[in-house]
Amino acid sequence: MIVFDRVSKVYPDSSVALEEISLSIEPKEFVSIVGPSGAGKTTLLKLFLAEERPTQGTVFYEAVNVHSLDKKAINDFRRKVGMVFQDFRLLSNKTVYENIAFTMEAAGRTDEEIETDVPHVLELVDLMPKIWNFPRELSGGEKQRVAIARALVNEPDIIIADEPTGNLDPANTYDVVQILKKINDLGRTVILTTHNKGIIDSLHKRVVAMERGKIVRDDKVGKYDV
Amino acid sequence: MKIENWKLKIKRVIRTGFFNFWRNGTVSLASVLVMTVTLLVVGSLSFFNAILDTSLAELQNKIDINVTFVTTAEETDILNIKHSLESLPEVLLVTYTSREEALTAFKERHANDQSILAALEELGENPLGATLNIKARDPSQYGSVAEFLESDDTLSSGKITVIDHVNYFQNKTAIDRLTKIINSADTLGLALTAFLIIVSILIAFNTIRLTIYIAREEISVMRLVGASTSYIQGPFVILGILYGLTAAGVTLLGFLAITYWLGSVMASFLPNFNLFSYYLRHFLEIALIIIVSGVVIGGFSSILAIRKYLKI
Repeated sequence: MIVFDRVSKVYPDSSVALEEISLSIEPKEFVSIVGPSGAGKTTLLKLFLAEERPTQGTVFYEAVNVHSLDKKAINDFRRKVGMVFQDFRLLSNKTVYENIAFTMEAAGRTDEEIETDVPHVLELVDLMPKIWNFPRELSGGEKQRVAIARALVNEPDIIIADEPTGNLDPANTYDVVQILKKINDLGRTVILTTHNKGIIDSLHKRVVAMERGKIVRDDKVGKYDV
Repeated sequence: MKIENWKLKIKRVIRTGFFNFWRNGTVSLASVLVMTVTLLVVGSLSFFNAILDTSLAELQNKIDINVTFVTTAEETDILNIKHSLESLPEVLLVTYTSREEALTAFKERHANDQSILAALEELGENPLGATLNIKARDPSQYGSVAEFLESDDTLSSGKITVIDHVNYFQNKTAIDRLTKIINSADTLGLALTAFLIIVSILIAFNTIRLTIYIAREEISVMRLVGASTSYIQGPFVILGILYGLTAAGVTLLGFLAITYWLGSVMASFLPNFNLFSYYLRHFLEIALIIIVSGVVIGGFSSILAIRKYLKI
């Protein structure tokens, strides 16, 4: 369970990114966070991953304040969260296999586990034929599927996808959303931020709408438009 | 289990370091070249010192004092003066040349000049006085040796002066100037090399910082997948060390060619010193300095440069 308890974030230039946000996300939930650019969606995710500290309020994961964790505990915590970004953020000088293996290595998994799990997770996103390619040799959709495979491989409890379809064409967008749904069906929490109206309307899942650092709407089965 | 974990981690860190070195070929090449220049400067310090030391030693060898005695001076008086000179702490060596030896040397020097030999024959007797050649331990000490010679007791024997002339007083300005040049060449050389070394280390540091700047996005991704500090930093440190080691190899080979060429060029003005054979004689020492400098500069630059990106 993820809980944001009256969380505010004010940047040093006194611009307010978040204002008294209270939000809780149940395990195995699929939550879409929508809103225009600058609404505070990405800041919310950064606070959850302890990339940034809140100015006020507390962020809990399983009843633990994530900002009270020490460095090592933050690393362990981040391994329970799989991240997918709009710009993919693959390691450009590593092959598809190595990009995913790296995450497992960082988590201290053995070579044997890596050798069996990486092909397995690549099959899940249908990218086995590209296993030895470098990111520059892949299309946008393929890169995003590698990123999803990387996010999945350590069997995280939560998948966070920050505008994962922002750089993709409709066909690839559809694929990525289907994969995220499948992940949710397999019992993981998925948090998705997006601008894409079509995605939200087709999902029939919970939608949290944000505007200027505040939550303006929270529907169990939502649509994009207000 | 813990030890197994560590071994696995170290193995992966080293492997990743090697991969990064190889795959970012152009960046690696540039960094190795910059590092090579740095190590060439560091290594040159050793050669520069050797050349300076040899030239200074040769110059210092050329400074001496010649005391020429009157022809009537008794050999025992001269030898007495020689003894008292030798007892001075400043004096390194006193060489006595008797009147006969001086004459033989003179004749030999002018063996081809018949007119001089004829004039000498005409004179009938030996016109040359005996000499004492004095070498001091340090060029700055000639002054006090000369002062000692000036004092009455030694200059004269029974109130009659036995010393004809001391060439120190004629050469004094030259000796003083040379002493000054030698001393300032030493300090100037040291300051200059220290400055060059600092500048080139800064350049090497900046180059490595640039290669890490290129990888900053990747570092943040590594952080977000939960990689520990040492696991992110490790491969970059290995990379820096690899730059240093490769550059050290190139530098040592480069010096082989440079000293070989300089050795023959310099033979004309430093005949007793060959840079190439100096390099071969001191190879282990120089190689150690260069390899250690390369590894330390490379490794430390990486550690310092990456710290900035590890704050997430």
